[in-house]
Amino acid sequence: MKARRRALVRPHVVTGGRAHPSRNIFDLVTLVAGTGRAAAGLSPEKRRIAALCRDGALSVAEIAGHLALPISVTKVLVSDLVDSGHLSPRVPTPADEPSKIEILQEVLDGLRARL
Amino acid sequence: MDSALASEIHLPDTVRTAVKLLIAGPFAVGKTTFVGTLSEIRPLRTEETMTQAGAPVDDLTGARDKTTTTVAMDFGRITIGERIVLYLFGVPGQQRFTPLWKDLARGAYGALILVDTSRLEASFDVIDLVERQGLPYAVAVNRFDGAPVFPESEVREALDLLPSTPLVTCDARDHASSVRALITLVHHLLAADAPQEHA
Ligand SMILES: Nc1nc2c(ncn2[C@@H]2O[C@H](COP(=O)(O)OP(=O)(O)OP(=O)(O)O)[C@@H](O)[C@H]2O)c(=O)[nH]1
Ligand SMILES: [Mg+2]
Repeated sequence: MKARRRALVRPHVVTGGRAHPSRNIFDLVTLVAGTGRAAAGLSPEKRRIAALCRDGALSVAEIAGHLALPISVTKVLVSDLVDSGHLSPRVPTPADEPSKIEILQEVLDGLRARL
Repeated sequence: MDSALASEIHLPDTVRTAVKLLIAGPFAVGKTTFVGTLSEIRPLRTEETMTQAGAPVDDLTGARDKTTTTVAMDFGRITIGERIVLYLFGVPGQQRFTPLWKDLARGAYGALILVDTSRLEASFDVIDLVERQGLPYAVAVNRFDGAPVFPESEVREALDLLPSTPLVTCDARDHASSVRALITLVHHLLAADAPQEHA
């Protein structure tokens, strides 16, 4: 049996770039929430996104799903809306940022509690 | 989107960390069923249009002609405790979706690969895709009525799995069974990521 090379590459964590958000930092599971800034002047699609996120946070994927927009389009629109101050990324405060191992342990415990 | 429902779809205010896991497998292996069984929200569907050359179409007016192909993904969500949300993406494993996979795999913690024992070879492509993205994974045999039951060692050999790759059996229609399959994956991810402790 041919031996497979074990996957050693760690998925890289997309962080930073907060001062200059660029499109490629927006992942399917980037969380964003509305900031309350008035949506006047936005395109219809951006208005729909702003309205959807007005009352709380959602992932980029959920925004795409609820509004029936392609993911790639949604990323661009969300990125623009962050740049224009209508949405803000929801990220842990540095003091409260769990390590990957802590995250996995919490997920494991949470799943076990569901059995 | 009905705004009356908006309060029910948002994440709790305390959630700030999102974890992405892929539920991958060949056509009709039970990806959508698995995601739907576990999701706390009605599963959502997104579509991504790729050009034949493999690049995602990046604008709203992108020509949807014969040179583009559409890939559908279902996904669901599980809120864990107060601060974490887990997203499960059901993704097709055909080689022609490779460009989409690069994007999906970025930032993902790992993948659960669903296989059907009546057509194990249909899973070769997806195992290959997951490995090429460098994603850690576990394999779950989704038990279909009438599908052959092989000893674990035979399934391992047919799929060419490493001894350290977990292999479980599940029924994607059953909640507890699906939770157990996911636990197997997360346990494996934790073991792969934790500092090795040698006595
Ligand atoms: N017996 C049995 N049937 C299942 C199981 N999981 C899914 N099915 C059935 O198999 C069929 C395909 O399941 P889906 O969840 O749609 O599979 P999928 O992988 O999302 O399929 P595509 O997205 O079309 O590739 C459906 O009719 C399911 O009801 C299972 O664990 N056991
Ligand atoms: Mg499906």
